[in-house]
Amino acid sequence: MKSGSNLEKILKAGHFAFTGEVGPPRGANVEALREKVSYLKGNVDMANITDNQTAMVRMSSWAASMICMQEGVEPNFQMVCRDRNRLAMQADILGAYAHGIRNMLCLSGDHQQFGDHPQSKGVFDLDSMQLIGMVKKMRDEGKFLGGADIDVPPQIFIGAAANPFAEPFEWRVHRLAKKVAAGADFIQTQCVFNMGRIRDWVSQANDMGLTDKIAILPGITPMKSVGMAKYMKNKVPGMDVPDEIIKRLQGVDKKKVADEGIKIACEQIEEFKEMKGVAGVHLMAIEWEHKVPEIAERAGVLPRPEV
Amino acid sequence: MIVAERKPFDEIKNMVSGYKKVLTVGCGTCVAVCLAGGSKEVETLNAELNLAFGKDKIEFGAETVERQCDMEFLEELDSKVDEYDALVSMACGAGIQFLAERFPNKPVFPAVNTSFIGVNLDVGWYEEKCRACGTCVLGLTGGICPVTMCAKSLFNGPCGGTNQKSCEIDKEQPCAWYKIHERLAGQGRLDQIIEISPPNDWSNQKPRKIIQPGYEERVKALGR
Ligand code: SF4
Ligand code: SF4
Repeated sequence: MKSGSNLEKILKAGHFAFTGEVGPPRGANVEALREKVSYLKGNVDMANITDNQTAMVRMSSWAASMICMQEGVEPNFQMVCRDRNRLAMQADILGAYAHGIRNMLCLSGDHQQFGDHPQSKGVFDLDSMQLIGMVKKMRDEGKFLGGADIDVPPQIFIGAAANPFAEPFEWRVHRLAKKVAAGADFIQTQCVFNMGRIRDWVSQANDMGLTDKIAILPGITPMKSVGMAKYMKNKVPGMDVPDEIIKRLQGVDKKKVADEGIKIACEQIEEFKEMKGVAGVHLMAIEWEHKVPEIAERAGVLPRPEV
Repeated sequence: MIVAERKPFDEIKNMVSGYKKVLTVGCGTCVAVCLAGGSKEVETLNAELNLAFGKDKIEFGAETVERQCDMEFLEELDSKVDEYDALVSMACGAGIQFLAERFPNKPVFPAVNTSFIGVNLDVGWYEEKCRACGTCVLGLTGGICPVTMCAKSLFNGPCGGTNQKSCEIDKEQPCAWYKIHERLAGQGRLDQIIEISPPNDWSNQKPRKIIQPGYEERVKALGR
């Protein structure tokens, strides 16, 4: 065991992992955060706690991770490269570990221009690849990036993101290979809507032997409305939403669109359960946390195994 | 070259108001090429200032030296500066500071915003190319700078936001890592970026000096 986190145990035991996501509040509204987390309790193996998502200031991800833990859900502490230099990153990793956090997701972070402080200085002292390597070095060698020994190194299960849809497509699997080489233990992908693409990408990863070394969890986001689908297609960088998805949502009665969105998500999850090289799925029900119990039920991933 | 753009007129006006005799100093090198601070721009600025203040309120003089980042050329101003009670520099930040160092008793005001190290795409059109990071990786990245051309200065890009061929920040801005891949693929050199680039040494985070080999003794003798 690298970290002994619940996610690591679930994967090691060969279960199909099911992870969720919670965005911390835009303030110190602990009650709102506890409520969001409560919908995930018992329904997911771990919840990602986002880090100043879309470059908007929120409660810090490690602090929200601790509240998540108090509520009985294992957190996945997200860390972006935009807001901290290597000193602050390592300090926060030690602090998070000291408080019981065992999973991390290493990300570049959305550019600061998208958020509510576009004048801020983006740090990007390290990039996400280098961050992965740093956490691995801290864990496996017990050394800081600068080379000094760590007095009780943090045992962290290291997560990374992948976008299997961006151009040039043939490069995507090599980027995954780089993340494996850097030391990532699991991958959560960009929201998947284009199943054809992800099938190809996973099969390339299988051919390169990468899926033996890393657990891949494709990202699932149920569409709430046609508007949301169009917005994601046209406005969110790096998102690949095929027209069929939009047509399918348009094809049902207005009141049934959200239900159809969940149906599509469940069909995707069913396919991933059978797909060689896929170890689970990551559900990003954005501002739809109260729907997670229903989605988990309909996706047939309950009850979550105790490990 | 160093690319700069003139500051908004009102900002310059506010800085010099209250002085009686002001010398506007242009620079004949980079800022002249990028049409921000050469002799022509000195003339234009002085004309605008004269119009705004009226000739009897503030008297504006004009001088343009070859390079403000070189004491040899600043020396030419020694005999002229005394009669002025403030200087406005239209050079880049380096030139402005050297002018201020040469005449430490005079207030020196910047008339341009020094913007970047870049290239001339066409007359009046410039693009940033280098952030002077101090550890150049262009040899690995197909001659495209990841520090400057990637909005997140990633050494192992692209990020998840890469959007067809564009950067996530703007459809009009090419994704540097898309271009790096494209160029290296064309040269059959993709192996260059399969290796992980280690954390960068940001040596541009402290004031830097360079003494070229063979000049150490000379520098010592100068005592600077
Ligand atoms: S890598 Fe550094 S030195 Fe080289 S072009 Fe980019 S910023 Fe300039
Ligand atoms: S989209 Fe490309 S250029 Fe823009 S930040 Fe990401 S990697 Fe850098």
